[in-house]
Amino acid sequence: MAMLFATWKHCVYVFATGLEDEVDTFQEEHERERHRGKRRDGERAKKKKRANGERRKRASNVGQEEEKLQARREKKGRRKRSSSDQQAEGREGDEAEQPTTKSSKAAKTRKNVKNEKTRKVEKEEKEDEADDEERNAKRKKKHGSNKKEENVEDGNKHTVKEKAGEVKKKKHKKVVETSSEKETSEEEDNEEEDSEEKEVRPETLTPEELETLKEAVDERKKLIQGLRGKPWAMKKKLVTLRESQEFVEKYEGALGKGKGRKLYAYKVMMTKKWMKFKRDFENFKTACIPWEMKIKEIESHFGSSVASYFIFLRWMYGINMILFCLTFGLVMVPEALMGRPYGTIPRKTVPRAEAPSAMDFAVLWDFGGYAQYSVLFYGYYNNQRAIGWLNAYSYMVVIRTMARNANESGVGDDNSFNFSWKMFTSWDYLIGNPETADNKFASITTIFKEAILEEQESRKDDNIHLTRFLRVLANFLVLCCLAGSGYLIYFVVRRSQKFALDGLENHTWWERNEVNMVMSLLGMFCPMLFDVISALENYHPRVALQWQLGRIFALFLGNLYTFIIALMDEINLKREEEKIVKFNITTWEASLYNISASENSTAPPVTIQPADVPRGPCWETMVGQEFVRLIISDTMTTYITLLIGDFLRAVLVRFLNYCWCWDLEAGFPSYSEFDVSGNVLGLIFNQGMIWMGAFYAPCLPALNLLRLHVSMYLQCWAVMCCNVPQERVFKASGSNNFYMAMLLVILFLSTLPAIYTIVTIPPSFDCGPFSGKKRMFDVIQETLESDFPTWFSKVFSSASNPGLVLPFILLMVLAIYYLQSTSKSYKEANVDLKKKLQTQNEENKKKNKLAALKAQMDLEEARKAASPSAEHPKNNNASPDQEADEEEDRGRGQRMYHSKNGRSPPPPRHDGHLPATRAPVPRNYHHGNQGSAGYLPGFPRESEARMHRVPSLQRH
Amino acid sequence: MGNKQTIFTAQQLDSYQDCTYFTRKEILRLFDRYRDLAPQLVPLDYTCQPDVKLPYELIGSMPELKDNPFRQRIAEVFSDDGEGNMTLDDFLDMFSVLSEMAPRDLKAYYAFKIYDFNNDDFLCKSDLEKTLNKLTRNELTEDEVRMVCEKVIDEADLDNDGRLSLEDFQTMIVRAPDFLSTFHIRI
Repeated sequence: MAMLFATWKHCVYVFATGLEDEVDTFQEEHERERHRGKRRDGERAKKKKRANGERRKRASNVGQEEEKLQARREKKGRRKRSSSDQQAEGREGDEAEQPTTKSSKAAKTRKNVKNEKTRKVEKEEKEDEADDEERNAKRKKKHGSNKKEENVEDGNKHTVKEKAGEVKKKKHKKVVETSSEKETSEEEDNEEEDSEEKEVRPETLTPEELETLKEAVDERKKLIQGLRGKPWAMKKKLVTLRESQEFVEKYEGALGKGKGRKLYAYKVMMTKKWMKFKRDFENFKTACIPWEMKIKEIESHFGSSVASYFIFLRWMYGINMILFCLTFGLVMVPEALMGRPYGTIPRKTVPRAEAPSAMDFAVLWDFGGYAQYSVLFYGYYNNQRAIGWLNAYSYMVVIRTMARNANESGVGDDNSFNFSWKMFTSWDYLIGNPETADNKFASITTIFKEAILEEQESRKDDNIHLTRFLRVLANFLVLCCLAGSGYLIYFVVRRSQKFALDGLENHTWWERNEVNMVMSLLGMFCPMLFDVISALENYHPRVALQWQLGRIFALFLGNLYTFIIALMDEINLKREEEKIVKFNITTWEASLYNISASENSTAPPVTIQPADVPRGPCWETMVGQEFVRLIISDTMTTYITLLIGDFLRAVLVRFLNYCWCWDLEAGFPSYSEFDVSGNVLGLIFNQGMIWMGAFYAPCLPALNLLRLHVSMYLQCWAVMCCNVPQERVFKASGSNNFYMAMLLVILFLSTLPAIYTIVTIPPSFDCGPFSGKKRMFDVIQETLESDFPTWFSKVFSSASNPGLVLPFILLMVLAIYYLQSTSKSYKEANVDLKKKLQTQNEENKKKNKLAALKAQMDLEEARKAASPSAEHPKNNNASPDQEADEEEDRGRGQRMYHSKNGRSPPPPRHDGHLPATRAPVPRNYHHGNQGSAGYLPGFPRESEARMHRVPSLQRH
Repeated sequence: MGNKQTIFTAQQLDSYQDCTYFTRKEILRLFDRYRDLAPQLVPLDYTCQPDVKLPYELIGSMPELKDNPFRQRIAEVFSDDGEGNMTLDDFLDMFSVLSEMAPRDLKAYYAFKIYDFNNDDFLCKSDLEKTLNKLTRNELTEDEVRMVCEKVIDEADLDNDGRLSLEDFQTMIVRAPDFLSTFHIRI
């Protein structure tokens, strides 16, 4: 193990410093070898010859080394070795003096490294002094190759790093495999040196080297993580991945030492397991998303906008699923399990008068009979506190989604890239259906034509007065429609109350279901009417769509609210009735008591069947019933419209086309398009009703879940089999948040009535969880008093006195005001910044244009000055002043290090750094300088010293 | 779970998952799609990494690509040989980039390559004209095409060299609201 560490250490040292250092090291080794004895030189040379085949990359270097080696061998002994050694020793001493906080081992490492450096310097000096021309030539050659390699290194740091990694791996393997002295590659040199070092040093790594190794490993890990985002071919990715993984696997375990090492290995193992788990979980999660394939199919047929409806539907399904779980888990199940069973108390029993017909289908269909007295409705419950959570949850979800969507759509509402965006993003890559593709081609063409027209501003406004008049007229008509539908609903609800007072049995099916049917029919036909009316207005289709959506929204909302107002009336009626019933009950109880008292005073009180007990009308259940009926009929109309409006129409068009006088498919009836906005609105309102009614009928989320489930399948089928793609395809993006906003509004509006009833209308006296209380919210106080300790209620009551509450509310209002104003100012600042950016862009453009012109002129001049090879760089857009800056920078750098070079001993602190962390970049660049000036015969030592010192200087 | 399949080794699947934005199931499904294009050519065993290429004619006939005006470019960009003939690796790569999960930058890079018809790393006028003609099926007049191309270069060319470099394209495309929603293929 110790050897492994040593090897690693050395590897890191050698290869992270780059190839240049490696070469130096070779030289160094040879020096040392000569110190020890020349015995092995021949051997090594042979080995190197063998190694050449293996490591082609450095073959040339090695070859030169060999030559040099031989040359040296001829002359060895003639050098002034002793003096140079002394010098080296002296330097060592200097360095040893430097203040150090590191372990002796680390210091030794440093010393060693320094040793190598200084010795090399000596050697170079020596060589220079020798003035051997032949050798000079050789050395130059060597440096040339060095430079080349460095260029490669700088050009692609990454590759070199990988290479280094590979080399490291190779070495490592070898050490592990044989660990013998006789290796067949030149790596053996290193190994030998390592073993030497091992004798001197303790066996573990220095912290710096550990750091480096750790960094390398982390880098690899990062690479693996980000690999999928790299624009490489798959083959390259796979290779890189494998290499990185191997690297990480090999070296990860070596990090940390002693106790820490075990911990580290454990951590690594755990992260590995965790990654695997995460991936599996991810796989599982995607497998769990329902209807993915269906939606994909639709997407490919109809483009992204139709699919967005289905994605929305799926999202709604998810929300309803959670709502359902909440109601089911917190309300229905506890009541069914722990509450008293059916038939024990009056509110849970069907009254005697209704009992015979309680199981009739017609009655059940209206949610009367057994259904009315079941767990489905409010009246059945003894205790209920969970509904409040539902709305809170829904608010949370919707608002969070909106915020996320807003973040996503926050970019790009400026118009600066109008044509570019049209050109590069208008094709929807999802389209995989020829018909849709045709439509898309057509719509893209029209979009371009429109844009061109707009650009040329040749569009003539035709008779603006007529258009205005028509628009006003259209809006007036729409208002009439809305008012009419509102009145119709009010009227119908009133009428149905009359019927209800008469008794439902005397009326026909239509009269009983009038309200719901009228509402559904209105919801079906009014949008069509609006569509016709909007043809008057002559808006741009996108604007027209927004108007249409707004109108339908108003219609639905109006209908819903009229319905609720009418229900309020009914509630009041019921409460009147309730009073009478209450009075009757007291008399009935009194009489009962009298009877039992007169018969036998000792007999136990007569047990009365709960079915016989007279009871109040329980308006809450009534409201719940209304909502359930409404939703059922709404669902039914949706399905029936789907079947008749889409399917039947498609069938008729398809088959009557054979025997008809005009082309049905292309002509008037044609196939229907899928109406995204209408469907989304329907869905949203349906959800609003659910939220509204969930308080009175806890079964509603379950019902809705069922409905959504069925409609998912039904609509998927319908859209695939009988709809044609839209002719005008609108952008799907951006509308998502619009839907969400509508959903939020509806959510708010639907909680309003529920809260209103909770706060103002007293609950009925003999049914539901709040029976017997004055107001529904009394239950809160009661819970506080009975369930919590006394101090809590004291705190609560003192906190709820007006003196505290009013300032608090004031504070909140102020905070809201403040936040709103700051957000407004931010918005303004945003707009300002955007403007600035735009102007900046334009200025830049101009500047660039000028610069480009200038560059071109320069180029011309240069050409004229007869330098045919002067090819201007491909990237002539880089502004000249930038280049000048760079030049200046370079010059400054040069100056700087020249001045620093004046100090003869290198600043000691630089040596504290591991050679491994030397960045290869600056080296190349100084090397370049050196190539011109460094090898003047007058300054040999300085140039060489600079070569090794500068990189560390650069780092500070 | 996946003990039945022997098309890939577990390690292969893992590395594919590392290199693409797909889950294991999706990779297997993509393999099925790939194999369905030419069941006689593609072996059912990929553990030994056979060297199989499907010609462009088969790739381009996939329903996902069939109606795409840029299908040939897509295939050329993602294929190793630049001719549109694809190995399974190329195939996975292509759909990984075009999948929903791929980040904007990656998509922008490949979109640029797709629109760069003559492979010179710049979108010049001829590239733009080709793009536009493909988008509109040659329904615009020559004048209109020229005008639109000029407008595009005028808008997006930030360094005024008369053509769009990758940076120009990226700055333009990252701000486009629809790019992410339209530049993807579900499979």
